[in-house]
Amino acid sequence: MRFRSLIFLLFFCRGAQAAEVVTVAVASNFKSTATHIAGRFYEETGHSVRLSSGSTGKLYTQILNGAPFDLFLAADAERPALLEDGGVAVYGSRFTYATGSLVVFSSSVTDCMAALRDPNAGFVAIANPKISPYGKATRQYLAGQDLWDQVSARAVYGENITQAWQFAFTGNAVVGLAARSQMLAWPRGPACSFEVPSSAHDPLEQQAVLLDDDNEIASAFLEFLRSAIAREIIRQDGYEVAE
Amino acid sequence: MSLYGPLWLSAQLALVTTVILVLLGAPLAWWLARTKARVKPAVEAIVAMPIVLPPTVLGFYLLILLGPQGAVGSWWVSLTSSALTFSFTGLVVASCVYSLPFAVQPLQNAFEFLPRQTLERAWTLGASRMDAFFSVAVPLSLRGFISAAVLSFAHTLGEFGVVLMVGGNIPGETRVVSIAIYDHVESLEYASAHHLSLLLLAFAFLVLLVMYVINHRWGRR
Repeated sequence: MRFRSLIFLLFFCRGAQAAEVVTVAVASNFKSTATHIAGRFYEETGHSVRLSSGSTGKLYTQILNGAPFDLFLAADAERPALLEDGGVAVYGSRFTYATGSLVVFSSSVTDCMAALRDPNAGFVAIANPKISPYGKATRQYLAGQDLWDQVSARAVYGENITQAWQFAFTGNAVVGLAARSQMLAWPRGPACSFEVPSSAHDPLEQQAVLLDDDNEIASAFLEFLRSAIAREIIRQDGYEVAE
Repeated sequence: MSLYGPLWLSAQLALVTTVILVLLGAPLAWWLARTKARVKPAVEAIVAMPIVLPPTVLGFYLLILLGPQGAVGSWWVSLTSSALTFSFTGLVVASCVYSLPFAVQPLQNAFEFLPRQTLERAWTLGASRMDAFFSVAVPLSLRGFISAAVLSFAHTLGEFGVVLMVGGNIPGETRVVSIAIYDHVESLEYASAHHLSLLLLAFAFLVLLVMYVINHRWGRR
């Protein structure tokens, strides 16, 4: 009898939990910002948000295979659009919550442009153009500068901007191309850096999409992402936010 | 670089790593099996350490250590004037660290089971220590050698996290098959991913099958 009530209690707890907790799949590069926003959301509403971070591609595959996420904050626009078109995400919920900026930086030399132009300067760390939006933007920028052929001959590819950043941060690559948000999170700062004009590549839109129509808190959190409070946090972390 | 390039590169990496690990692992395992030194448990623990750290974490520290500003990497740069990271050589070094326990432990086990009298008999018959090792200890520990080779080979073939960190995904140099498959999955090219995965499994199965057949035929003496 006691056992049966225990099982009942267990189900009850699970039911209660499902109604109050939101699980958000967030692209790794946005995790710290999302944690900050989730903290503010908790202060405002009393609802807690559980963040599950990973690469956009991995999270996308997990969502397709039934991962229990209520909301997806991707690092690109492609995967949320695919989920929306495929009927996995809630139609019409998709929007751009942040736009990234590309930065050229180095931890070892003081002239980033010279290191980029000199074919013998050493490795250049970039995100893989095939799988990362930042990598694609990097290629577009370098191709526009007539530097792509020269740079790709000495490029090392990170699977995402975090890894590209690590390659250059540890001095293994002489220059790297990564996100501005990563520069702001670097206490000592790079030895040199400059921002690539956003006109030099396709916009680095990061889109959010709702996965669970029935979860009111998930919808509320998605709405909160558009609030002035959240937009200010996102802007402070180095992203552009549409007005 | 064709679809099969990464598979060939992985096979080369696994083969080179296995040869080096067996050559370096054998004397280390021999020493561990016979020594009465008080540092023995400490050395055994160090050998087992690569199993503890998650591969990407191990890879991150190897990236620092082997990098041009790292202790090993800077020495390598002054010696060869080229960087150790993002090169095939760097992958070999990293793989040797990563698969070390898988070579040393089976060898040490095999050596510990060698009857001491057999070796003493060889010595009394006038064999030098080296001679006794190669003509008595090695043939008697053949199964240990085969196990060490199989495990090192398989473990290096399937390695992902370490090469992801240390390799830099350069086609023909460091883009091994696991990274290539991962690339295909991440760019939603599932057909190529399945194709390459199937080839990797078939290749690994064949190599392991041959090794185990050899083990059963000649190892049991």
